[in-house]
Amino acid sequence: MLQKIPLCIFAPFVVKILKMMSQSDSRPAIEFRNVSYRLPGSEGRTLLHDLTLEIQRGETLILLGRSGSGKTTTLKLINHLLAPSGGELLVDNRATRDWDVIRLRRMIGYVIQETGLFPHFTVERNIALVPRIENWPAHRITERVDELLQLVGLDREIATRYPRELSGGQRQRVGVARALAADPPILLMDEPFGALDPITRAELRREFLDLQQRLRKTVVFVTHDLREALSLGTRIALMEAGRLVTVQTPAEFLTSTEPLTVSYKDACGTDF
Amino acid sequence: MNLYQFLLQNHTEVLELTLEHLWLVGISTLLAVLIGIPLGILITRWPVLNKPVLGGANIIQTIPSLALFGFLLPAPWIGERADRIAILALTLYALLPLIRNTYVGIKGVDRSVIEAGRGMGLTDRQLLFQVELPLALGVIIAGVRVATVISVGLATIAAAIGAGGLGEYIFRGLAMVNNQVILAGAIPAAVMALLADISLGWLEKRLSPH
Repeated sequence: MLQKIPLCIFAPFVVKILKMMSQSDSRPAIEFRNVSYRLPGSEGRTLLHDLTLEIQRGETLILLGRSGSGKTTTLKLINHLLAPSGGELLVDNRATRDWDVIRLRRMIGYVIQETGLFPHFTVERNIALVPRIENWPAHRITERVDELLQLVGLDREIATRYPRELSGGQRQRVGVARALAADPPILLMDEPFGALDPITRAELRREFLDLQQRLRKTVVFVTHDLREALSLGTRIALMEAGRLVTVQTPAEFLTSTEPLTVSYKDACGTDF
Repeated sequence: MNLYQFLLQNHTEVLELTLEHLWLVGISTLLAVLIGIPLGILITRWPVLNKPVLGGANIIQTIPSLALFGFLLPAPWIGERADRIAILALTLYALLPLIRNTYVGIKGVDRSVIEAGRGMGLTDRQLLFQVELPLALGVIIAGVRVATVISVGLATIAAAIGAGGLGEYIFRGLAMVNNQVILAGAIPAAVMALLADISLGWLEKRLSPH
């Protein structure tokens, strides 16, 4: 009995050490701490109020909300296309304002509605954009482009085509391939499937789920489509007028009685 | 004596004046490209400079050409030779279309394409040379085209200060009250303008990304 006491004394420390060890792994990939964003100018409108949110590694966080709710603003703060006016935003445990902005952006894939592809680049050059500016050797770029085309389900033949010669769905796949090119741990997607017809949309959603299962990227996905949010997200952050209203898992979202959540579900019908 | 005979008889002189004319237009357009395009890029980067630069180029455009040639006569070094004056004046006139088209061309590039590029981590320089300039190239060439065509016409006036070119015939014909001689200067100049317009128009089409 007496011999066991000293061991017990150590127990809290052991727990603490274990906690610290696990923490280094489970620290969120992206962390908003009271972040706000105001448009420049003395009377600039505030687009984002006091956002506090943690985005875990490997999760797909959906930013759901109407146009003007601050979803895209939130996204652009992450790759520092916008700088926070207040609070602090950490990516990989470092404030975005302390990052070398070019380095930061190259570890974050960025997919926007179909127009983001460079119209004067072939599919191949569009996908190889980041590897090229990172000066990868040519053979590695070619390999990577092939690999990515296959990954997003595109034929090798379209590599030499221009974006205007592709269908909307193909363009969007190229956009995803381009964002994944340098294997960034984080992926930002701003209504990537917004401009597509419903069938292609559903197809791409399935493919995205499949892809995410394999790649386990940290994904922040902006949409105003509730179905998309429920089918793709591990968590849904609901935004309204520049404020975060709730963060829920899809299951919680479906049973939630929070008024805005309810009005979303009502607006989309009840057949989930 | 008809025009055809006149041109045939004086073909060495016609050729000489045409080459002189080409030289005036070519050098001045080249200089204007070298100055105007960087200025156009500059004002997309520093919007504060936008008004003074475009305004300045606009004011130059409003000065009557004959007056501008005259103003430059007393200028040091430049004023020593008529062709220097002519080249400087033509360069100044060609600036506005070049600056404006470079600016408009870059500003006209789809915002989302730029944002995507920036978001993927392109530096400002990479964005300019890999995205903005290639996509604005058609509009910029259109500026070169306008500037060249204007220059071909304006360069005829350079003959008034003795800078040579096809304007020689036009002024000589005016003094002699001889339409044949006027046309001997005007027609080759018009052909030159047309050829420049067609070839640069073709280039513009080739280099437009869409």
